[in-house]
Amino acid sequence: MLASEVSALNEEIQELVQTLGNGRQALMPILQHIQRKHGYISAHAQQEVARLLKIHPVEVDGVVTFYAFFRKGRRAKYNIRLCQTISCDLMNKDGIAKTFERELGIKFGEVTKDEKYSLEFISCLGMCDQGPAMLINNEVYTNLTPRKVVDILNSLK
Amino acid sequence: MPILNKPIIFDRNNFGNGFEKGIKGRPIDIVLEIRESGLKGRGGAGFPTGTKWMLAATAVSPKKYVICNADEGEPGTFKDRLLLTEYTDELLQGMILCGYAIGAKEGYIYLRGEYEYMLSHINGVINKFHEEGKLGKGIFGKNFDFDISVRLGSGAYVCGEESALIESLEGHRGEPRNRPPYPVNTGYMGYPTVVNNVETLVSVPIIINKGAEWFRNIGTEKSRGTKLLSISGDVERPGIYEVPFGTKIIDMLEMVRAKDTKAVQIGGASGICIPEEELHRNLSFEDVPTGGSIIVFNKSRDMLKILKNFMEFFTEESCGQCTPCRVGNKKLLDGVNMIEQGKCSVKYLRELIDLGRTMQVSSKCGLGQSSPNPFITIMTHFGDEILAEHY
Repeated sequence: MLASEVSALNEEIQELVQTLGNGRQALMPILQHIQRKHGYISAHAQQEVARLLKIHPVEVDGVVTFYAFFRKGRRAKYNIRLCQTISCDLMNKDGIAKTFERELGIKFGEVTKDEKYSLEFISCLGMCDQGPAMLINNEVYTNLTPRKVVDILNSLK
Repeated sequence: MPILNKPIIFDRNNFGNGFEKGIKGRPIDIVLEIRESGLKGRGGAGFPTGTKWMLAATAVSPKKYVICNADEGEPGTFKDRLLLTEYTDELLQGMILCGYAIGAKEGYIYLRGEYEYMLSHINGVINKFHEEGKLGKGIFGKNFDFDISVRLGSGAYVCGEESALIESLEGHRGEPRNRPPYPVNTGYMGYPTVVNNVETLVSVPIIINKGAEWFRNIGTEKSRGTKLLSISGDVERPGIYEVPFGTKIIDMLEMVRAKDTKAVQIGGASGICIPEEELHRNLSFEDVPTGGSIIVFNKSRDMLKILKNFMEFFTEESCGQCTPCRVGNKKLLDGVNMIEQGKCSVKYLRELIDLGRTMQVSSKCGLGQSSPNPFITIMTHFGDEILAEHY
């Protein structure tokens, strides 16, 4: 990281702590803000949050690694998360997964070389009556068909 | 996305001025009315709501909290999606009534991370309530202050368990606590806390408006009222339905036009699998309880593949804190894979079912205690079919 990036990040985290508080109960909202803005929570961000909340960095790491939506590494521009739970599975989730893998040339759990797309499975999204369903970043897509998947991918810039 | 059949309790006309009526009366009257109604927790466990509120109301403490459990994560459940978006006013009313009844000043909605897209809508309604004097200081001119804020989860199924949810709100890993002490005694930040499901809280202004007597007349003796069902799988009309407790499974299947039904998973991944011969059983706390998840499988489905999906889910979502759940679910999943490859002896399968029973009694929280349910019920009812294909 460049020194200017480090200081910008530090400043941002300080502001978050000022608005959300420096108690332990502010940890999740702070991490959620960082995750939303940057797409991941870097080791440096974790250290800084720990310092300001006066807790050990391993406590922050413990929380970051526990929750599926937090990630420590850089994320692709479009993080595609396909629901793998039963109702979507019954509605041909496997076919949708294959379409993604064919179109993007990567497997689930991988990121494209240009860091534009990543493929992941996710647990039940609560869209069981409209499956198969997925999230692209925070946007929900339902009633997927292979054809629809291709259209959606084409619409992403 | 409305309720697809004719709503019974959740009919808009039933809300009336329950909210105002409740706040203008005495707090204890709300508790007594809810207790009298026989309302039980709609998340699935079915603890009597009135008793929970009474315990919190009588606790002596400088602070108390109301938490709405909107971490709807059970596979196949999506009814709270409807309540959170289309009954938001009524949900907030229910929380405020609860706060008034037990003497709390603060409430939280713990919204699952997957539902983040609802956040701005819910916050909008909270702001509207502030402008209308229904939240904030001196609500309805009474000496009663209450505020609600929304907190997000970040993708952990186990946080639907109330003590894990509180851990998460406090900024920790969502690892369940030992119970007792229960949250009504030692909850958020160590203070008495009522944790209720979205559906339970939305029912509150209705009960206050229509009266406990009216509510008691719906449903069965041990399960008063109705249940919102989230129905998916092999049916013609998936969606959200409201049925009175005591409704037969077979009648429900007819309502959603299910054809060639082989089995119905009731209560989601942690629920039980009901085979064709038991479809006359009914949905209620005394027979087949459910938090609302109904997944229908037709005759073309491979039950082993379904079971594998459930076990993969639990292996992924176990918090890993206690051994029966962390190792047990992995062993059951390994067993499913062995069966699939034709490598599982009947003797070992029996041992796995025994292991499942051990998990039911020795796991720390509801996740581990219920995760062997699909393994045990699917193997009991469809074991012969599965082994015939894979032995």
